[in-house]
Amino acid sequence: MPILVIAEHDDAVLKASTRNTLSAAKKLGGDIHMLVAGHGCAAVAQAAAALDGVAGVKLADDPQLAAHTAESVAALVVSMAAGYSHIVAPATTFGKNFLPRVAALLDVAQISDIVAVEAPDTFVRPIYAGNALATVKSSDAVKVITVRTTGFDAAGDGGSASVAAIAVPPLGATTDLVGRELTVSARPELAAAKIIVSGGRGLGNSENYHKVLEPLADKLGAAMGASRAAVDAGFAPNDYQVGQTGKVVAPQLYLAIGISGAIQHLAGMKDSKVIVAINKDAEAPIFQVADYGLVGDLFEVVPQLVAELG
Amino acid sequence: MKVLVPVKRVIDYNVKARVKADGSGVDLANVKMSMNPFDEIAVEEAIRLKEAGVAKEVVAVSCGVAACQETLRTALALGADRAILVESDVELQPLAVAKLLKALCDKESPQLVICGKQAIDDDANQTGQMLAALLGWGQATFASKVVVADGKATVTREVDGGLETLKVSLPAVVTGDLRLNEPRYATLPNIMKAKKKPLETVKPADLGVDVTPRLTTLKVAEPAKRQAGERVADVQQLVAKLRNEAKVIA
Ligand SMILES: Cc1cc2nc3c(=O)[nH]c(=O)nc-3n(C[C@H](O)[C@H](O)[C@H](O)COP(=O)(O)OP(=O)(O)OC[C@H]3O[C@@H](n4cnc5c(N)ncnc54)[C@H](O)[C@@H]3O)c2cc1C
Ligand SMILES: Nc1ncnc2c1ncn2[C@@H]1O[C@H](COP(=O)(O)O)[C@@H](O)[C@H]1O
Repeated sequence: MPILVIAEHDDAVLKASTRNTLSAAKKLGGDIHMLVAGHGCAAVAQAAAALDGVAGVKLADDPQLAAHTAESVAALVVSMAAGYSHIVAPATTFGKNFLPRVAALLDVAQISDIVAVEAPDTFVRPIYAGNALATVKSSDAVKVITVRTTGFDAAGDGGSASVAAIAVPPLGATTDLVGRELTVSARPELAAAKIIVSGGRGLGNSENYHKVLEPLADKLGAAMGASRAAVDAGFAPNDYQVGQTGKVVAPQLYLAIGISGAIQHLAGMKDSKVIVAINKDAEAPIFQVADYGLVGDLFEVVPQLVAELG
Repeated sequence: MKVLVPVKRVIDYNVKARVKADGSGVDLANVKMSMNPFDEIAVEEAIRLKEAGVAKEVVAVSCGVAACQETLRTALALGADRAILVESDVELQPLAVAKLLKALCDKESPQLVICGKQAIDDDANQTGQMLAALLGWGQATFASKVVVADGKATVTREVDGGLETLKVSLPAVVTGDLRLNEPRYATLPNIMKAKKKPLETVKPADLGVDVTPRLTTLKVAEPAKRQAGERVADVQQLVAKLRNEAKVIA
């Protein structure tokens, strides 16, 4: 039976999370159909068709889907779910928002945040802030799954699937979009960045967060991240939060600066390839996961680091 | 308007979960248990709606073992008016909890359900969305601001790209994120008063819900430990290591 993967996009660009989700879907066995649902999103469907491993793209282009609300996307997916063995989406705020509705309407469990596929019905997922990995087997007819993007490599291009427009039934969704305030940044996207410079409460205030960390991020071409404490205190926007309940990241290099290393923060970054910690407290738990730890005052060390990088 | 708040009893967020030696699960014997932190935030939001005169009654609900009564007493001490325990010794997965909550909503007819966005034990992030779907209601997840007026909730949501604001018709389900509010502490007099507030117990069968788990846990393992790292003396050494040893910078 074929597998349905739901693409994440903003009607213009296919999000990188879709590529990781596709890689997970490839491990399930079966033809992969990708659904592109939105309004004015034909270009995204073309991008989806070019992904390596996609057998066919379903394009649902309709004003009812313009706001990408959970209610509308879920109603659409449920209307076309028959005949699929698996329905898969990224475990981003997009996938987490609508996919549980799909599962409930199909009367099946959702398997959240998988990091490995053991068999078409058996998956590994982190629980308890990543302090345990559970292997779970589903007895449901359809497996509804969200994929932790850091668990799977990004699928590349090279496919040439056909795009079929599908008729969108009345979706009956009544939730209205009032507006969006998206963080504008010239830096790489946090979830897909190779290097992340992340700051915590140790920065003291918003001005310092920017003044101290931005030159380092510029030098390294890095994305910027933050601990919950830094976001709560207004140093950085909410979408910078890394952790159990923020974003999960696994860059080549993660620099934790003025971050103590609470369980909830570690849950979001401990799968990074190389971790650097800069903290004035030699006992800070972040040093237990750091490959390279530097004990010192960040206000002295970070500018020195920028200078040393040349 | 009536507000229903589902609260889950979970491992305290300060405790590091330990995997049992036989790989059957996480060891919860003699571990401190508390209300899921996101649910404390949900309770706080409901109480503020009551204090603002928007809500008339706040009902806390917990599904699980008898000890969930403690969690409900906490919600009552924070200001909920009454509580319902759906008692079950079976492991309750999000779909089952959503069905139990739906049955209670059919009876109680709340205008608003405020859940936490995620339980910090299963990290599922599903129940509120599932409940909204089963009820055929709208939803606003990951809320950092909720304004209720004229039969609608205007909700600011924390999403991956920043913030999004939705207007959802009531009745609806909202799930709260960390920055929705800062929950209060229960005072001693309120803890005493909470002991006298009504707490009703029902069973899944009374609600006509089949709670049989759909997912079987085959094993629970500890994640791979990171290799012990090293301390560097200064930034020169750090940069040299990153360039030549780890080879993660040019
Ligand atoms: C339900 C729940 C969910 C949560 N989710 C998340 C999450 O997703 N992500 C997250 O990050 N947290 C999360 N938290 C919060 C988490 O528990 C911690 O409170 C938080 O991570 C602490 O942030 P911090 O390390 O910046 O601050 P602190 O713990 O205050 O640490 C600041 C550090 O800065 C150091 N420092 C201070 N000054 C200097 C200086 N001049 N030079 C060098 N070092 C200095 C200090 O030694 C200290 O180690 C969550 C908590 C709960 C309850
Ligand atoms: N057993 C339960 N009893 C009461 N509420 C629950 C229960 N499980 C989940 N919830 C609610 O659903 C939210 C999300 O949980 P989850 O989907 O398990 O991550 C929690 O924050 C609670 O508000």
